[in-house]
Amino acid sequence: MADRKYTEDHEWVEVDGETGVIGISDYAQEQLGDVVFVELPDVGKVLDQRDEAAVIESVKAAAEVYTPVSGEVIEVNEELNNDPSLVNSDAHGEGWFAKLQLTDPTELDALMDEATYKTFVESLS
Amino acid sequence: MSHSRDLSRGAAAVGSATTDTVHGHQGLLLEEPLLFEIDNPGAIGVDLPDPGDFTPRLGGVARQGEIGLPSVSEPEVVRHFTRLSQKNYAIDMGTYPLGSCTMKHNPRLNEKMVRLPGFANAHPMQPDSTVQGAFELIDGVAHWLKELTGMPAIAMSPAAGAHGELCGVMAIRAALDDREGGPTTRRRILVPDSAHGTNPATAAVCGFSVDAIPSDARGRVDVKAFADKLDDDVAGIMITNPNTCGLFEPDMIEIAELIHDAGGYFYCDGANFNAIVGRVRPGDLGIDCMHINLHKTFSTPHGGGGPGAGPVVLSDALAPFAPVPWVVHGEDGFSLVEHADDAGDAKPFGRLKGFHGQMGMFVRAYAYMLSHGRDGLRQVANDAVLNANYVVSCLSDVMTPAFDGPCMHECLFDDRFLKDTGVSTLDFAKAMLDEGYHPMTMYFPLVVHGAMLIEPTETESKRGLDEFIAVMRALVDRARAGDSDAFVAAPTMTPRRRLDETAAARQPILRWSPEVPTAEAAE
Amino acid sequence: MRYLPLTDADRSSMLNRIGVSSVDDLFVDVPAAARFDGTFDLPDHMAEFAVEGHMSKMAGRNTTTADVPSFLGAGAYRHHIPASVDHLTQRGEFLTSYTPYQPEISQGTLQALFEFQSMVALITGMDVANASMYDGATSCAEAVLMARRVTRRNRALVSGSVHPHYSAASETQAKYVDIKIDICDPDLDGTEDLTDQIDDETACVVVQNPGVFGHVRDLSPLAAVCQEKGALLIVVVTEAVSLGAMQSPGEMGADVVVAEGQSIGNPQGFGGPYVGLFAAREKYVRQMPGRLCGETTDVDGKRGWVLTLSTREQHIRREKATSNICTNAGLCALAFTIHLSLLGENGFRDLAMLNHARASQLADRLADVDGVEVLPEAFFNEFAVRLSKPAGEVVDRLAARDVLAGVPASRLYGAGTELDNILLIAASELTTFEDMDALVAALSEELS
Repeated sequence: MADRKYTEDHEWVEVDGETGVIGISDYAQEQLGDVVFVELPDVGKVLDQRDEAAVIESVKAAAEVYTPVSGEVIEVNEELNNDPSLVNSDAHGEGWFAKLQLTDPTELDALMDEATYKTFVESLS
Repeated sequence: MSHSRDLSRGAAAVGSATTDTVHGHQGLLLEEPLLFEIDNPGAIGVDLPDPGDFTPRLGGVARQGEIGLPSVSEPEVVRHFTRLSQKNYAIDMGTYPLGSCTMKHNPRLNEKMVRLPGFANAHPMQPDSTVQGAFELIDGVAHWLKELTGMPAIAMSPAAGAHGELCGVMAIRAALDDREGGPTTRRRILVPDSAHGTNPATAAVCGFSVDAIPSDARGRVDVKAFADKLDDDVAGIMITNPNTCGLFEPDMIEIAELIHDAGGYFYCDGANFNAIVGRVRPGDLGIDCMHINLHKTFSTPHGGGGPGAGPVVLSDALAPFAPVPWVVHGEDGFSLVEHADDAGDAKPFGRLKGFHGQMGMFVRAYAYMLSHGRDGLRQVANDAVLNANYVVSCLSDVMTPAFDGPCMHECLFDDRFLKDTGVSTLDFAKAMLDEGYHPMTMYFPLVVHGAMLIEPTETESKRGLDEFIAVMRALVDRARAGDSDAFVAAPTMTPRRRLDETAAARQPILRWSPEVPTAEAAE
Repeated sequence: MRYLPLTDADRSSMLNRIGVSSVDDLFVDVPAAARFDGTFDLPDHMAEFAVEGHMSKMAGRNTTTADVPSFLGAGAYRHHIPASVDHLTQRGEFLTSYTPYQPEISQGTLQALFEFQSMVALITGMDVANASMYDGATSCAEAVLMARRVTRRNRALVSGSVHPHYSAASETQAKYVDIKIDICDPDLDGTEDLTDQIDDETACVVVQNPGVFGHVRDLSPLAAVCQEKGALLIVVVTEAVSLGAMQSPGEMGADVVVAEGQSIGNPQGFGGPYVGLFAAREKYVRQMPGRLCGETTDVDGKRGWVLTLSTREQHIRREKATSNICTNAGLCALAFTIHLSLLGENGFRDLAMLNHARASQLADRLADVDGVEVLPEAFFNEFAVRLSKPAGEVVDRLAARDVLAGVPASRLYGAGTELDNILLIAASELTTFEDMDALVAALSEELS
């Protein structure tokens, strides 16, 4: 079972060995409303933790998505180009953004686990 | 691209719109298809003579095949665009209280003046001796603007407010570079968080980073927070005054001294000059430059989104860096400086557009200035401020003003008064459409929750304001009465009801296409 | 004051309602040091007839292209504007409305913009077009910035065929954002070959067709080189009517087309306001500047239009916007759309061919004048000539004889260059054979 971790900016990373898949949380997609476009990073791009990894657009807003972990982009979710609504319908699954080859797995230790994030989100409302 | 003459798609689209009537018309509310859907090959809206004998000299690149433009006769074109016009709201029809946009009456004399053959048919590259009247007009408008702002110099060529911002910030950049003898090391422009989006965007396209200054509890620039940010990395500050909350910035003079002491320059966004024209000269506040939206304060028409004009007044410190061209007055009359080589000691930072500026807007603005005179323009500011404060005084018991005290030319409300009604600012605005009003500016400025920014302008009568106020009060009553469904469903009586902006953005259809109605088909 | 509806009685009752004694009390936030109580060096208000009289005299001090034979062009052209164009754009519903941010009550402006975008895409041979820019020169500058966003390269190569105002506007717009602009020498003979100058750092190549000296060229070979090098080909068109006679830039392989739309529906007006056209390939749409109008449906399923892809723009993206642009050229774009609607498929092509014919006929006549050498072999409705004397002086002397002979190259490039004897001469559907005879006669005398 892969391990999913969260940031306070509502990004998640799901780690499987030395790679991690990143996306935004269900809470974040609800706040954004209907997603109309996702600008994905180029494959091969090397990102430091907290670098801008993607830009997500709703009709009236644009939000930067920062990578929770450092790594090289090895794959992006091309399906989002055809159907950005996947971010709304399945933020934790089909709505993933990119897959990274992790360069510093110790970064994961500082991120929130599922339960902590759940408590964090509840504290926001 | 081949051009299909198939009408079926248009007919289907229009057909789907019909509910009660054969063609979807509702009395005077007439449906109108795209021009491409009334294409009638062979029809034409112009008559042109035969060219006679000539030698074709297009090399090998003469156009082959059809373009795909529709063919329509003049009566059909006139009817088409007349019907389209009737789907628009306009100042000519009613109150248009769109805050920060200054939707005031557009006098038709201005339109008549710009159509004088001596202006309309003048080519921008005629010999100076043949266009002395045109130069005289530009010089006249420049004089009015310098006089009213108390500033010594002006750049006339910027095409709109944001273009004026570009001009001003580039002049700042050029002055800093000149002072430092190379690219300036100053990287930051300070911009209040209440600023219009063009301010940070402009700073960015001039190579600066943007550092936001918070607003204080009074809706003004927090002077202490501003002062704390000052260091030798700051290139300048951009402040809108009166600001986007409709409030005068009382600390302008202090801010000017602080920014100058720190070695930076002071950009003033003059979008709201209408509130103070004739009463305050921004030059007296210590600013270095300010753009003036002629389509706001000086009533050149907004035209559905433009064109505008954004001349920029400049301090002595920035004047040498103004872009070409400019008009000069010598012994032989007026002439034009178009090239840096002819600029004497000046160091123009470049050129912002083709030719000399938005001449047609200068002509309109000049007619407006002469009509009002210095006395009338001061009255413009007085009445604009009076009207806005009257609206506040008549609505503050049912709506929630964002800030206390008198406002300038526009008044800002937040959405506290809608709390627990299930009605949002957007819903409230859409309900205004059914009442026959254009809504106020919504969700701007960003510093206030659910902002509603109302700018009546000085050309609204008391009777018009009273009717508007009555509508607003009635809508508040209805919202509080729990009728949120009606708000969410609004508007119901407009040419179109709420449109699906999500679908428009997810699968953009940005042009008519003959076969497949999606943008991908154009690939 | 005729534009101010409030009477003194209104004002006092409103002040009473507000609870202040004078309007000055509403300006309490203005510090004393900021109040102006002096006297402006400006006149008091004037009656409508007085303004009209004053400004008519001012306009009368211009001798314009409608008064005497004119051959002026160089980016602004004299064409006939059908009466219905002006009638329709003067309708208050178009003239006095704002940017269509409330689509339910702005469908007229929006549908017209959608038609504008469609027509611009068709005549340029591009996939998509925006809802207009300030003018052709600013449109060109924005295209250069867009090329950098798309390619992430920092060099722009500007051909010597490009109008100097366009290259200068681009250079100015780029100078503070680390774009290196290389502007080539004026391409007077139309033989410029840029192939060797396009490298792997080149974001875009900007070329004008017809060129500023009138040459028309097949840009396909250049487009192929650009594609190979990964640079965008930006094609500038300063005379939109030419698109009716020539293969479109899109057919030649352009990635972006920027054009001045003044020729269609808008008067010369001493230089503005005009309407910048901006069209591009579909894949660049999210990198485009300016407003875009898109089709959608309302809650009843009826087709309608909205402004869309707004997240590119400054009011949402602020410092990360694709451009700082806000205002467009709405009413000028409407005039363009109405005029092009009247022309239609055949009218547009016929108008273009009539323009070309008049220029060709004029070139034939000028070829017989001593001291005049027509330079381009292939052109549309404008061509450069080399005179035996400095063109600026000749133009001034011909103006005194009531002939506006054209634009001396020195107006565009400054005096004192090898272009001093070059004159740009344009014709249009409004050029008569009598006009041509007047030019030929005046030039013959001045140059003899």
